[in-house]
Amino acid sequence: MKKKTTIKQVIIRGFIYFLLICITINTILPLYFVVIASFNPGNSLFSTKMFPDSLTTSHYRDLFEKKDYAVWYMNTLKIALASMVLTVILVIITSYTLSQFRFRGRKTGLMFMLVMTMFPGFMSMIAIYLLLLQVGLLDTHLGLILVYSGGNIAGFTWLVKGYFDGIPRSIPEAAKIDGAGNATVFTRIMLPMSFPIITFVAVSSFIGPWMDYIFARLVLRTPSKKTLAIGLFEMVTGRQNTEFTMFAAGAILVALPVTILYMSLQKYLIQGISEGASKI
Amino acid sequence: MKSRSRKACLLSAVFMGLGQFYNRQFIKGILFAAAEIVFIAYMLPFIRYGLWGIYTLGETPQAFVDGKVVQGDHSIFLMVYGIISIVLIFVFALLYYLNCQDAYKVGKLRDNNVKPNNFLQSLKLAGEKGFPYLMLTPAVFFTLFITVVPLIFGILVAFTNYSFPNHVPPRKLVDWVGFQTFRDLFTLTGYKETFFGVFSWTVIWAVLATFTSFFSGLIFAVIINSNGIKLKKFWRTVFILPWAVPGYISILVFRNIFNAQFGPLNKWLASIGIEKIQWFGDPTWAKFVCLFVNLWLGFPYFMALMSGVLTGIPRDLYEAAEVEGANSIQKFFKITFPLVMFSTAPLLIMSFAHNFNNFNLIHFLNSGGPVNTAYKYAGHTDILLSWIYKLTLEQNQFNKACAVSIIIFIIIASISIFNFSRTRSFKEEDMIQ
Repeated sequence: MKKKTTIKQVIIRGFIYFLLICITINTILPLYFVVIASFNPGNSLFSTKMFPDSLTTSHYRDLFEKKDYAVWYMNTLKIALASMVLTVILVIITSYTLSQFRFRGRKTGLMFMLVMTMFPGFMSMIAIYLLLLQVGLLDTHLGLILVYSGGNIAGFTWLVKGYFDGIPRSIPEAAKIDGAGNATVFTRIMLPMSFPIITFVAVSSFIGPWMDYIFARLVLRTPSKKTLAIGLFEMVTGRQNTEFTMFAAGAILVALPVTILYMSLQKYLIQGISEGASKI
Repeated sequence: MKSRSRKACLLSAVFMGLGQFYNRQFIKGILFAAAEIVFIAYMLPFIRYGLWGIYTLGETPQAFVDGKVVQGDHSIFLMVYGIISIVLIFVFALLYYLNCQDAYKVGKLRDNNVKPNNFLQSLKLAGEKGFPYLMLTPAVFFTLFITVVPLIFGILVAFTNYSFPNHVPPRKLVDWVGFQTFRDLFTLTGYKETFFGVFSWTVIWAVLATFTSFFSGLIFAVIINSNGIKLKKFWRTVFILPWAVPGYISILVFRNIFNAQFGPLNKWLASIGIEKIQWFGDPTWAKFVCLFVNLWLGFPYFMALMSGVLTGIPRDLYEAAEVEGANSIQKFFKITFPLVMFSTAPLLIMSFAHNFNNFNLIHFLNSGGPVNTAYKYAGHTDILLSWIYKLTLEQNQFNKACAVSIIIFIIIASISIFNFSRTRSFKEEDMIQ
């Protein structure tokens, strides 16, 4: 009797390991494919081999010599960083106020913000285009930065406000009794205590613009102002896919920093998303 | 002399600041009066133009006189001006209300022979009471112009005939048409089929996409966390990778992997003697690929999330179950599953809402293709949102796009409100101690 169960267990365990290995291959293969494609000697998708005879780094060089990759990279970096800073500042101020102060119109404002987040972003696209045109910010990076940060406020504010709400009131109150002012309470107690959620907001509001295609497409016209997403998308959606290896090289340069960032901040980010859902 | 409060209020209602003058608060009075003068002198002409604009949407179309273009009214700009005018009116009305309220309050103090605050004192008081409002101003300003005004505009467009080819400014005027756009969407041949077809695929897609990634995430979290599995850390790190790689990069890579003509998958299939599969050419395969790629992208997040939940389940629950003689399947369905569901149900609903609007995946993977000839401007895998994208940016059918957006909003809002109320009750239930 005892022997029978162990055989059964061995079979089950073998099956589980087999499954895990299959999924691992399935997970790794597409990623391996981009990496190897970026070092493949050929240019097109068709000539890309899983196990090439020789490797080359020429595609990486071509990105900078034949395309304006460096310009796109700097553009995207600039837009993403600026949006991140602006979003984080606005969101922290707004959510802190909504969480710690009681004033007329607070509840209405909160409900209003919640409703805002439920409209599809596209709906505002035409109007944003017209408004930017009116104030002369069309085809400028500033216009795009304002659109990203403005569009982010409502959703993130809810998230961070929930986090601030969770900090026991007795902590800032105790500090106030000890003679700390509003500003000290904010910078020395509330900010450090809400570090995980602020990390989450900062990373998300950086990644959003870093990855966004639609609004960049809408606002930016001049080729020299292009962002990475537009540049890469154009490289790979042509009919012949003759620039596939160069796309792969570009994709790796975009993905590598983000992937490292995500892997190292995993804990905060996943916690942030789940709290966003349960704290509302 | 009990009527000072009312008199001051009335005076302020006649012209901003008068009541304050009556109350002998001259600085305040001057400020309020200045606000009204600025409003009348600078904003009133614009507001009149804007209100006329939003009511009529322009009266003179562009014309050709002696071979030259004579600019007419631009309906869409007029609409934007109209919305801004209405926002301005609201701001002014609020100011007016505050002005009367202030006059009334100060008047009342004087009725009761209490000395009202002087200007500096009230400034300080306003600074304290108004602190939260001051802090919120930048965010409100941003949200107003980046979100609120555009959204109102979007809602209004749904009730016009703003569409290519007959109603696109500046060459032609746009008119209000009431609910005609919605009626067209539900009854017009072509649009009717598209709307209901795309809508049902969107729902099917959202349900399947959510459930596949949710349950795969759950299964792998349980497997990796179960006793006796070696290399836990390795599996976890590998499986989380798709989540960490930027989504659109992975999607574009899959677009190439599944490329029917040149892609590596078909090349490999050919080498083992299987005929090429039209991954994106065939509707069923295309839908399958969408779901597969979404699963690849989506399950790691749920896995990581549920690993956290699983480690939080008290061990003694399982030990008690073992004492009672429960096997591992019973343990899973009686302990693990209910507890995981309990803490992740709100996320499941959020994820459904996310997939419902998962534009990036559909657009980057195959742009909604293959083309469906029975549909108007949509392909087999298009979801409502990617259809809106095509309607707006490719076909300039703005009114239809906005009408569909409103419908999406109603759906997403109902889901979110449902979720919202559930989360509250969840928290109060306090099932996990």
